[in-house]
Amino acid sequence: MTTSLSASTLLAVPLAPLVGSLVAGILGTTFGGNVIGRKASHTATILGVFVAMVLSFLTLKDVMQGARFNATIYEWMVIGGLKMEIGFLVDGLTAMMMVVVTFVSLMVHLYTIGYMEEDEGYNRFFAYISLFTFSMLMLVMSNNLLQLFFGWEAVGLVSYLLIGFWFNKPTAIFANMKAFLVNRVGDFGFILGIGLIVAYTGTLNYAEVFAKAPELGKLGFPGTEWLLITVICICLFIGAMGKSAQFPLHVWLPDSMEGPTPISALIHAATMVTAGIFMVSRMSPLFELSDTALSFIMVIGAITALFMGFLGIIQNDIKRVVAYSTLSQLGYMTVALGASAYSVAVFHLMTHAFFKALLFLGAGSVIMGMHHNQDIRWMGGVRKYMPITWITSLLGSLALIGTPLFSGFYSKDSIIEAVHFSHLPGSGFAYFAVMAGVFVTAFYSFRMYFLVFHGGERYDQNPDAHHDDHHHDDDHGHGHHGDGRPHESPWVVTVPLVLLAIPSVLIGFFTIEPMVIGKFFADAITVNAQAHPALAEFAEEFHGPLSMALHAFSTAPLYLALAGVALSYYMYMVNPALPAAIKRSVMPVYNLLENKYYLDWINENILAKAARGLGTGLWKGGDQGLIETGVVNASWKIVGAVSAVVRKVQSGYIYHYAMAMILGVFVLMTYFVWLAK
Amino acid sequence: MTLTLTHFLTLGAILFTLSVIGIFLNRKNLIVLLMAIELMLLAVNMNFVAFSHYLGDMHGQVFVFFILTVAAAESAIGLAILVLLFRNKSSIRVDELNALKG
Repeated sequence: MTTSLSASTLLAVPLAPLVGSLVAGILGTTFGGNVIGRKASHTATILGVFVAMVLSFLTLKDVMQGARFNATIYEWMVIGGLKMEIGFLVDGLTAMMMVVVTFVSLMVHLYTIGYMEEDEGYNRFFAYISLFTFSMLMLVMSNNLLQLFFGWEAVGLVSYLLIGFWFNKPTAIFANMKAFLVNRVGDFGFILGIGLIVAYTGTLNYAEVFAKAPELGKLGFPGTEWLLITVICICLFIGAMGKSAQFPLHVWLPDSMEGPTPISALIHAATMVTAGIFMVSRMSPLFELSDTALSFIMVIGAITALFMGFLGIIQNDIKRVVAYSTLSQLGYMTVALGASAYSVAVFHLMTHAFFKALLFLGAGSVIMGMHHNQDIRWMGGVRKYMPITWITSLLGSLALIGTPLFSGFYSKDSIIEAVHFSHLPGSGFAYFAVMAGVFVTAFYSFRMYFLVFHGGERYDQNPDAHHDDHHHDDDHGHGHHGDGRPHESPWVVTVPLVLLAIPSVLIGFFTIEPMVIGKFFADAITVNAQAHPALAEFAEEFHGPLSMALHAFSTAPLYLALAGVALSYYMYMVNPALPAAIKRSVMPVYNLLENKYYLDWINENILAKAARGLGTGLWKGGDQGLIETGVVNASWKIVGAVSAVVRKVQSGYIYHYAMAMILGVFVLMTYFVWLAK
Repeated sequence: MTLTLTHFLTLGAILFTLSVIGIFLNRKNLIVLLMAIELMLLAVNMNFVAFSHYLGDMHGQVFVFFILTVAAAESAIGLAILVLLFRNKSSIRVDELNALKG
């Protein structure tokens, strides 16, 4: 039975958080006169997101029973035949994203009550995260490229606002500018892709573009040997590279940890960074037509997955470890996209959203408990003081490394198997990268876990306590313990942790079959099964979640993960002097990792300097030299010079003037008498 | 040799030219300027009279009366301006009259 969804329900889903955001953002800040206080702000926004979540779950229920929706709500402009609309496309992919976004957003909203309790910008923060929820929902529910791009830009904007939330901190401003600018590079490619699609199909609507896709696939890009569809797909993917932080446009994500932890969880782990993955999956009818683009995607994803994992090994800031982990997992999702296993990528997106948000919020809870120290070298033994945080973080880490039966296992192993079955150029490297990545992931995850929750307590050895990594406008509102001992966080913080831990453990087991093997994404995602058989072969080998878990014991990834855990246990619990010794012996490698492969150095000293140099050159040479001196100044100088000469005609002597008159008459008469016949 | 129209026109032209040269070359004396203007008017009168006589048309001579009248009025005004000028500047040198210089 195919029912259709109601447009007003769907409209309420993004609008409810928007209303909450406006209430908190206007009435709760000096902009609107500080009319309402903190309780009203957080109530308004949480209510908005809660409504959105409930409606999203209801929509998911309808979608699972076959309901679909694809219609335009409002056509806001028509330019020469190109329609610009607000519309919704709700199918399995959208419904899943809606549920993930609203659920994680609600958890983060609840968590923020505890985390941002002492912050002056409390209302502003709630307004921003609700605004983000609205933007992300508009992005995922869109049925046309323009609305997708609107949501895309809007989430980039809110990310900028939130990374620079503590705007008096120079590092935060540096980070938010960096995020926005790197994103812009990606958006440039994205807009080129959208422009090409519009130029060749004349429409922005997904359904119409996909209908014309097969013809597009035959065209060549004018002037080159490339297929048009390859160029379009690579341009679109560049947008995804910026938003989903793929190499080399990943540089903004570690810096984005300058923002408060709730947004690291919401934006830079669960939702915004997944927009690129979502977009590629949504555009699967286009990507399936270009093998080159798929290879490119797979290789970039593989590079990101492996090399970002390496960087996670040496980080000392708890949030940076999780940030590099996010980068690496986004690489995994991208590799799956490249192998044409879009449903697997999206499945990993979902499971990753839960356990990564959990890990971030857990890290935030630890930070709160450690009185805003973020350095894992000065933690240790925290499990005694923060049991709920400990257990939930352990569950999140187990999910991340791919422990059988946990959700991360199902999604990661599906990716590994799908890449294994892919035959595109680059799939060999990708397979190696995702396998090696399992070991690396396990290693850095449990390095962080052991250093934070186990071992000796080092929180009183921190040489620089209470300084750069936190921001307090006033004194500690929560009871300041005289001895600086860690303490468990309030229930508003731990309840979201528990609620996120449940799907991190369970959801993979129950949803892998309908999502990856079954028909849940059948009408949302198109796969050319002849050319790209990876997913079909994986589906043949699949015999149910329980059997997949048992099968893991006979394949490499489980043992790689165990090796990673064991090595981290040995290096950080049994023999703590070993890491320092290893670092000394491979100093050049360590320096390479410490400097993040010198990419930041290249960006700051080469690319940014070149851009600034170009600007200065154009300013001094072009604007001042050419235009100001050459055109503006020259014009008055020339006029002055000429008039200084011409002025001498006016000598003031009457006889000169009389002479001029007589000469003039003479010339005229000569002309009329002799020359003009 | 019989006098034809051409002779009189030539005389008028020579007179006119002399007066123009007088205006142009004169730097020292405003009265000479006024005299040169009178001479110019005389040359024109001569042309009119010559044409009137040789073409047998009275209108030329009638117009000479108009010109004479205007010339008289104009030299009266010119001399009055000259007197006022002398009272203000104590000089009638033409090359000191450059207050309208651009």
